[in-house]
Amino acid sequence: MSSNSARLARAAALQIVLAALAIVTLVPFAWLIIASLKTREDFFASTFFPPGDGPLGIGWDKLTLDNYRRLGELGFELNFVNSMFYASATAVLATLISASAGYALAKFRFRGRGAATLLVLGLIILPPTLLIAPGYELLFNLGLLDTVPGLLLPFLAPAFGVFLFRQSVTQAVPDQLLEAARIDGCSEVEIFFAIVLPLVRPMIGAFLLITFLAMWNNFISPQIVLQSPDKQPLSVAIAQLRGLYRTDYGLLMAGTVVSVAPVAVLFLLLQKQFISGLTSGAVKG
Amino acid sequence: MMGGSEITTPRGSRGSVPGGTVWVFLAPFLLLTLVFVVYPLTQSAVLATQQTYGPSAKTFVGAENFSGIATDPLFWKSVRNTLVYAMGSLFIQLPLALALALALNSPRLRARSVYRLIFFSPQLMGLVFVSILATLMFEKQAGLVNQAIHSVLGGFGPPEGVGSWLDYPWLESKVMPTLILISLWMYVGFNMVYFLAALQSVDASLLEAAEIDGAGPIARFRHVTVPAIRPVASFVVMLSMIGSLQLFELPYVLLDNSGGPNNQGLTVVMYLFQQGFEVGDLGYASAIGWALSVMLIGLALLQFWLMRRDEA
Repeated sequence: MSSNSARLARAAALQIVLAALAIVTLVPFAWLIIASLKTREDFFASTFFPPGDGPLGIGWDKLTLDNYRRLGELGFELNFVNSMFYASATAVLATLISASAGYALAKFRFRGRGAATLLVLGLIILPPTLLIAPGYELLFNLGLLDTVPGLLLPFLAPAFGVFLFRQSVTQAVPDQLLEAARIDGCSEVEIFFAIVLPLVRPMIGAFLLITFLAMWNNFISPQIVLQSPDKQPLSVAIAQLRGLYRTDYGLLMAGTVVSVAPVAVLFLLLQKQFISGLTSGAVKG
Repeated sequence: MMGGSEITTPRGSRGSVPGGTVWVFLAPFLLLTLVFVVYPLTQSAVLATQQTYGPSAKTFVGAENFSGIATDPLFWKSVRNTLVYAMGSLFIQLPLALALALALNSPRLRARSVYRLIFFSPQLMGLVFVSILATLMFEKQAGLVNQAIHSVLGGFGPPEGVGSWLDYPWLESKVMPTLILISLWMYVGFNMVYFLAALQSVDASLLEAAEIDGAGPIARFRHVTVPAIRPVASFVVMLSMIGSLQLFELPYVLLDNSGGPNNQGLTVVMYLFQQGFEVGDLGYASAIGWALSVMLIGLALLQFWLMRRDEA
């Protein structure tokens, strides 16, 4: 029995440690959100909520959306729309292109299949850093600097995605089904959209989210490729905001909340697919 | 189903389509990859032998960029900083991630998925946004970190040369510890997710059998758990090293587009960026890129070799 109570004590201790760590993890988020709702004076006067006469001894009436309003006045919503567009376009196109190439490598036998597979595997381990300088030179030569295609095109064919879809098509799409569809007279393109894609739907969800997040959070590429302020995504805009309004804490925090909230919502909706997609390469592969 | 149709080849299932269609599916990937990856990769080798002033004015300098790097104190400083950060990932962050995964994997734990979600959540914030938040968190006086330390340790008095814990100079003279602390917040939960997935595939009956045979928790961990999670662990180590060695956004934004006071926070990729886009020498930047790639490949080979040796 004593081993039982020792076990209980251990379980309780574990819960306490985990709960404490969870709080430490979440506190910066709370601080961020609360700071975005405070005036400059209240930011310095209080760590979290400004004190006052409201419920819980908090001055609820001192909280304000003023910082968000000022973001709007600075034209931040344009950067928001840019980020939305860049991330969605990249996610959809990169997923489609990876899925079709992954399907080709998984289900077709053709000359050059070995070479193409090897290319994909080789590119996965290529450090992207190596492409920064020559990539810039290429975009310059193609006249694509400061253009949206110049920003997006290099991200539309991720080798990692081709690899993931090759695995997932191999596992989820039976050959007989493809053959049956061919005998029924389906075109190859119809087969891909009507049969293959629905069967790998979990991987599509995961990869859409992965590519969306990657582009949304991408900083170095827009920083290098884009110059016009009206083309910048949130990541660059907020870094510039910081350069200009260094001590305007509320404004910076509001900008950060606006930049993080959409992906947080998206993630909460799709977290299962996202985590399974992240780990599938490691655990199954 | 038997091969009556003209589109099935006698060899059977795979490749049972007319040649050519496959290229419809492969062409977009191949085309984009050739133009935006393979071609720049070859150019990167060419650029590394040139000195440039912006993307159009070039002179051939041969191996000078590489000999320049070898004797460039700022480059070596960036290497040292980057390695310090990578070692922080390897020896602090990953063990913590594994410990957290083991804790979350313990049977009868309540609210496991809630914890997993919470610990993972910092990963949602992109590096730039984390950097902005961190700039304010590590600020003197008003920053949350110093206020927290002050409220806990306030009575003990600050370290030498600092007026109060509120003035602790994170972003002035403690840049690398700051970066490592931030990376703990960001990545421990992320890596934990991988370890947790791996732990859940550890054969429970094997663990029970070991327990019945009298193996203690440490022995069970070493002889049952570790071998089972080794492939994932090695993947996570690799991923973490590749990420750490290419650290850029976090210090770049945190330190106001610079290496920080005395270049304490200068990383290799940051130096590459400075040389390529502030100085305008894409050649020198490419050479730095190659040097970094050699480091990465070297690390990968080293790890591969260590894995092999352990298995043998």
